[in-house]
Amino acid sequence: MDLRDTPDEALFRDGLCAWLETSLPEALRGHRGGAGRFSDDAVRDWSRALYEAGYVGLTWPKEYGGGGKPYSYQAIFLEELARAEAPQHLGVIGLGMAGPTIIACGTEAQKARYLQPLLSAHEIWCQGFSEPDAGSDLSAVRTSARLEDGHFVVDGQKVWSSYAHIADWCLLLTRSDPGSERHAGLTYLIVDMAAPGVEVRPLRQLTGEAEFNEIFFSGVRVSVDNVLGDIGGGWQVAMTTLLHERGTLGFALVAALEVMVRKLIELARDRGASPVQRDAIAREWIELQAHRYTAYRSLSALMKTGIPGPEGSILKQQWSEAAQRVTKLGLELLGSDAQLLAENAPYGGYWQHLQLRSRGNTIEAGTSEVLRNIIAERVLGLPRSR
Amino acid sequence: MDFAFTAEQDALRAQARAFLSTHPEPTWRELAELGWTGVSVAEEHGGAGLGFLEEAILFEELGRALTHAPYWSTVAVVLPALPPDLQGEVARGEASWALATGPLLPDLDSVTRIAVPGGDSIWELEGAAREVLQTNDTTRPLGVVSGGAFGRVLSSSAVLPQLRARSLAALSLEACGVGARALELAVGYAKERVQFGKPIGTYQAISHPLATTLMELELGRSLALFAAWCITEDDERGALAAAAAKSLCADAAVAACERSIQVHGGIGFTWEHVLHRLYKRALWIQAWEASTAQLRAEVADHLLGGGA
Repeated sequence: MDLRDTPDEALFRDGLCAWLETSLPEALRGHRGGAGRFSDDAVRDWSRALYEAGYVGLTWPKEYGGGGKPYSYQAIFLEELARAEAPQHLGVIGLGMAGPTIIACGTEAQKARYLQPLLSAHEIWCQGFSEPDAGSDLSAVRTSARLEDGHFVVDGQKVWSSYAHIADWCLLLTRSDPGSERHAGLTYLIVDMAAPGVEVRPLRQLTGEAEFNEIFFSGVRVSVDNVLGDIGGGWQVAMTTLLHERGTLGFALVAALEVMVRKLIELARDRGASPVQRDAIAREWIELQAHRYTAYRSLSALMKTGIPGPEGSILKQQWSEAAQRVTKLGLELLGSDAQLLAENAPYGGYWQHLQLRSRGNTIEAGTSEVLRNIIAERVLGLPRSR
Repeated sequence: MDFAFTAEQDALRAQARAFLSTHPEPTWRELAELGWTGVSVAEEHGGAGLGFLEEAILFEELGRALTHAPYWSTVAVVLPALPPDLQGEVARGEASWALATGPLLPDLDSVTRIAVPGGDSIWELEGAAREVLQTNDTTRPLGVVSGGAFGRVLSSSAVLPQLRARSLAALSLEACGVGARALELAVGYAKERVQFGKPIGTYQAISHPLATTLMELELGRSLALFAAWCITEDDERGALAAAAAKSLCADAAVAACERSIQVHGGIGFTWEHVLHRLYKRALWIQAWEASTAQLRAEVADHLLGGGA
């Protein structure tokens, strides 16, 4: 056990900090979260700058354009990015989900075609999992893929797809065997978002913004070369994707919480806090430390096994509740000012926006209830509830 | 960056788990023969020359086993304040210690010697009369001393903050062990106990609180291990981390026991079941030295400056 950076890690951290100091445009500092992160060309330029400096795909194999480094480098990268309040790479879905899935399950041709443009933010990915009738119960997907003369013809609807409105590719879970049920008969497709028959509609959420989209597919033709994994083996591939979503998310979540807690402490210094509020702030700082070292522990396990464990579910679930408490505490410290919006809102409306946004945290990427099921069944070994 | 135990440390945990499962009431001599009382004592004084991280493993395992022995009071709280010859006595199992930081002293039923801060030193208290009081947790009784006189100077009182950090970190780890065992008992029972035709663990009203318990214990354990690492490395973050860890781990352990009692239903409420003893140790840890609210107030002072 040694929680210090190794000499090489320290060198990497120092280089990164120096690079951020000179390369991060002032206008982008603090520009994290919310719908703004999608539309801004500046964020795409920033993503390319990250790529050109060698900070994207740090842990990916070198032959696919990655850095071939241990996971600890990705952790350092996310930590320092958050400390500098720099925006993340635009290709969140590509880097966190599509890329790792293609590396794990894709053909050599797919790896050669998709990975490099994904890293350089020249191509953006979205994910088509949830449907109006398939939320937590993902195995209920109905979007159909019919095999016709070497092509799949896709019809159906996906929902809650972030980045779909700027995406070039969609990682799509379909039902390719019309008679199948549940986990069987599913196929994972890579779909060109510019193909005829793909329509994207923004989904306005309770914050007033549209971070997510609905995607409608009508008669969309997809080559069989774009099957990821085996035909009919989509469920296994989807589980690989979700494992990576939760497994590598931990450090990004901790980094985001660190920014929130730091701002909460600044807010309390600015506006004062009652003894009860001081107690609550201390609790959240303590929880943040516990989250950080849990991420370290799960990172150490990941570095040994190479596969993210179910511990990622622990971090995501506890983080989402912490984010809800911290943002609500922020509003409480603002008093009546918490109701103001736009130019009248203190701190640019940071707390108002984040508090409303946090209600989605316990729903997206696995609801708290589903995550508790996962922990109960796969970690504790309790019998299945359904 | 490496936050995993070594193979040797894993072996120590396995040894402790196996020994304590067959020897639930070990004597101080037996613990010394295992090398546990001298883990951090230098080799030339009869110890193993290891550090607080190895002791951390034992705090967790002894907590889990609810061992009635003055290991925490001696090894976590007093040992670094002892001169080498007295450390050697502890390593050989010839002495055990409690530190009088307030009117109540822990483990007065079993410790052979008492240390007391006075002026700018920590002294041995000699010839004091002891009274062991009835306490909720019978495995770690409290007592009071009267009379006696300062004997040998053990060390400077400048080590007191270090002793407090060690004490809080060790209690955090004990709490992790207590909580983990309460959770295991609940999970085992929820798999076997059948009501309404199904094992009760099938019901989410049972399984979700247990999932929450696991998450709380894991978060607490991460922080406790961080505090232990800081103490091992003399890292300046150790004191605050230990205070933070104790607030989180004690609460998590108490909640784990309460949920486990609830999941067990009537049997969990009986005297014969082990759960109430785990619960009482968790409550002991929560109460000792500083409450969760007091510890959070210390953290708030650190983050926000002096009290409101």
